[in-house]
Amino acid sequence: MNVLVILIPVSLVLGGMGLLAFVWSVRAQQYDDDLGNAARILLDDD
Amino acid sequence: MTVAGPARAAVPARDTAAATGLQFSVPGVRCAACIAGIERGLSHVAGVTDVRVNLSMKRLTVGGTADPKAVLQAVADLGYDAFPLDLAALASRRDDTGRALLMRLAVAGFAMMNVMLLSVAVWSGADGATRDMFHMISAAIALPTVAYAGQPFFVSAWSALRRGRTNMDVPISLAMILASGISLYESLQGGHHAYFDAALSLTFFLLIGRYMDDRTRSHARSAARELTALEVQTADRLTGETTQTVPVADLAIGDVVLVPSGARVPVDGQLLSSRALLDRSFLTGESAAATVTPGGMLHAGEVNLAAPLQLRAISAGTDTSLRRMAAMVDTAENARNSYTALADRAARIYAPLVHTLALAAFVGWWLATGDVRVSLNVAIATLIITCPCALGLAVPAVSIAAVSRLFGAGFLVRHATALERLAEVTTVVFDKTGTLTRPTLLLPDAMDDRARGIAKALAQQSHHPLSRALLSAVADAVAVPITDVAEVAGQGVAGLVDGHVVRLGRGSWLQADVPGLCLRIGDAPAIALEVPETLRPGVQAAIAGFGLPAEIVTGDATGPAQALARQLNLPVIAGASPTDKLARLASLTARGERVLMVGDGLNDTAALAMAHAAIAPATALEASRNAADIVVLADSFADLPLILTVARATRRLSRQNFAIAAVYNLIAIPVALAGFATPLAAALAMSVSSLTVLLNAQRMRWVK
Repeated sequence: MNVLVILIPVSLVLGGMGLLAFVWSVRAQQYDDDLGNAARILLDDD
Repeated sequence: MTVAGPARAAVPARDTAAATGLQFSVPGVRCAACIAGIERGLSHVAGVTDVRVNLSMKRLTVGGTADPKAVLQAVADLGYDAFPLDLAALASRRDDTGRALLMRLAVAGFAMMNVMLLSVAVWSGADGATRDMFHMISAAIALPTVAYAGQPFFVSAWSALRRGRTNMDVPISLAMILASGISLYESLQGGHHAYFDAALSLTFFLLIGRYMDDRTRSHARSAARELTALEVQTADRLTGETTQTVPVADLAIGDVVLVPSGARVPVDGQLLSSRALLDRSFLTGESAAATVTPGGMLHAGEVNLAAPLQLRAISAGTDTSLRRMAAMVDTAENARNSYTALADRAARIYAPLVHTLALAAFVGWWLATGDVRVSLNVAIATLIITCPCALGLAVPAVSIAAVSRLFGAGFLVRHATALERLAEVTTVVFDKTGTLTRPTLLLPDAMDDRARGIAKALAQQSHHPLSRALLSAVADAVAVPITDVAEVAGQGVAGLVDGHVVRLGRGSWLQADVPGLCLRIGDAPAIALEVPETLRPGVQAAIAGFGLPAEIVTGDATGPAQALARQLNLPVIAGASPTDKLARLASLTARGERVLMVGDGLNDTAALAMAHAAIAPATALEASRNAADIVVLADSFADLPLILTVARATRRLSRQNFAIAAVYNLIAIPVALAGFATPLAAALAMSVSSLTVLLNAQRMRWVK
């Protein structure tokens, strides 16, 4: 069971990274136009 | 511009807004092709450096130094209607509550997943030192998270308690705090059960509901804000010989302003032209018109009843017009504040019930066993299980689906309880002019540039809605110089161009045999410019689709009113003053009817505010749109029945959700009271009931 001492911090750090990525994406206004972003994938790049 | 140059420094200019770009409301964008078309089309307009279409908000942002008129024209050429938005009005009321809730939601979700992982280990048999360690790690994650993510609930619960009331947030906060507290105590004592996962999933699911609720409200808020921003208040400034339409905020002290007949005075000022006749009823309530002699004071908000007048501004800024708007919004909103939303009515019954149950569980178990720790555990399990998780989601999940469904169809929902009130409507009252019918302008191809120029010069002199419509139709013409302008009330405008009498007005006034707006230059035959009384597209479909008793109440004369009523096969009340309209609504209400008012004019505003629910077209006056629950962006009324369908579906789905939540509670409460509710059972019951109501709300997508 001693492996838990390593695994639990690892899982917390991984989860924390996910949380930070989400916080960044909110700050970068990525949720301000969800409909538009869904439609834009259909556009050809110029 | 040259005259006003130095004085303008006193007024904060709008240069800051210009630096961040221009914003337009474009209700017509629907798909990827529209985005691509507008963004590519506008990138060729001179001065445009950056174009971005926001599909969710149906808004267009243009960066660079482009001329707003050129951008508007380019968008119109692409086939979309665009309305400029006042950036100052948009920016002044930006709110970040939605984003803050999303952050709390993310933190709660992160913590819930990690604690749930640890809990699964405990549920599947970890014991002794391992279990205690897992509980302590859970506590280290859960306690700060509850303190941070639970704040919206704590704040709301505390403000309710301080006023001696209770709301849905009181049992929620109690459950969160007590569950965290007792779990910490149990962990320290090496106990078997900790409810950290329950406290966190409670926070997580309720934050979802809170976030959806905020999205619905911010939709309504931004609709209201957008409509305010649409109405850029303008005035006609006279510089030398030319007039220029400028925003009221840009007027400076000393500017000479032209006030057409029928228009409101934009700023306080001194009368320059000859005697004027003004309607002050809006400001003072006196109904008799006031006469002002040259040099006399004019106040912003008064209506010019006689010939066009000139004034010199003696105050600048937006105070007066802002005060006027605030007053209008207040009257419109006061009427609706007494309505109690479905969720609040449910909370009033639910919250005391939950508290009584939890207290009864504690007292019962304490009397039976004498063990405070066990009784407290049972009481907290009851609180967690009965906690209105599904109840907190039941209404927000449905209303956000409904509001975005309506927004997609071109309807702005302006009021939070609008859908609930719309679902109760039993009868519909229509206004006629401007709502069911609207004048259609037609510019004959035969009209040459000179005739267009004359039409523009005459139309500029009047604020009659028809003149405004004509102005936008001849926007690209160059107005010719015109002298001796006189407006004949109810008939039209006349003036002199190169020694010829030119007149714009009713057909009968110009000896033409058509009833609508005509232009007559000298002795040449009158040119017909308008077909009055065209039925708005989709009106018949809307009346049939409502399937409710409907009637027309109009201020118009009996003749045209009867003709329209026969065409639509509806009863009609003609010649109704605003007071008559109110009286009609009152008598319908007294009979137990819930009235839906559809109207657009200033004479409808009071009726719109008084009716149980109200709809106004986007072309309506600002005051009328403020008084309405729903603003129809589309020109056609054909989709109007969808509003009632969605409103009824909202009520039906909300009630279903309440029923689902109640069934879960009926099963779970006896289990909790009997003391069999383990943390696992609590977590399961909470998640499953929340997911069920969320999924049920999604059925709104298929409402036709």
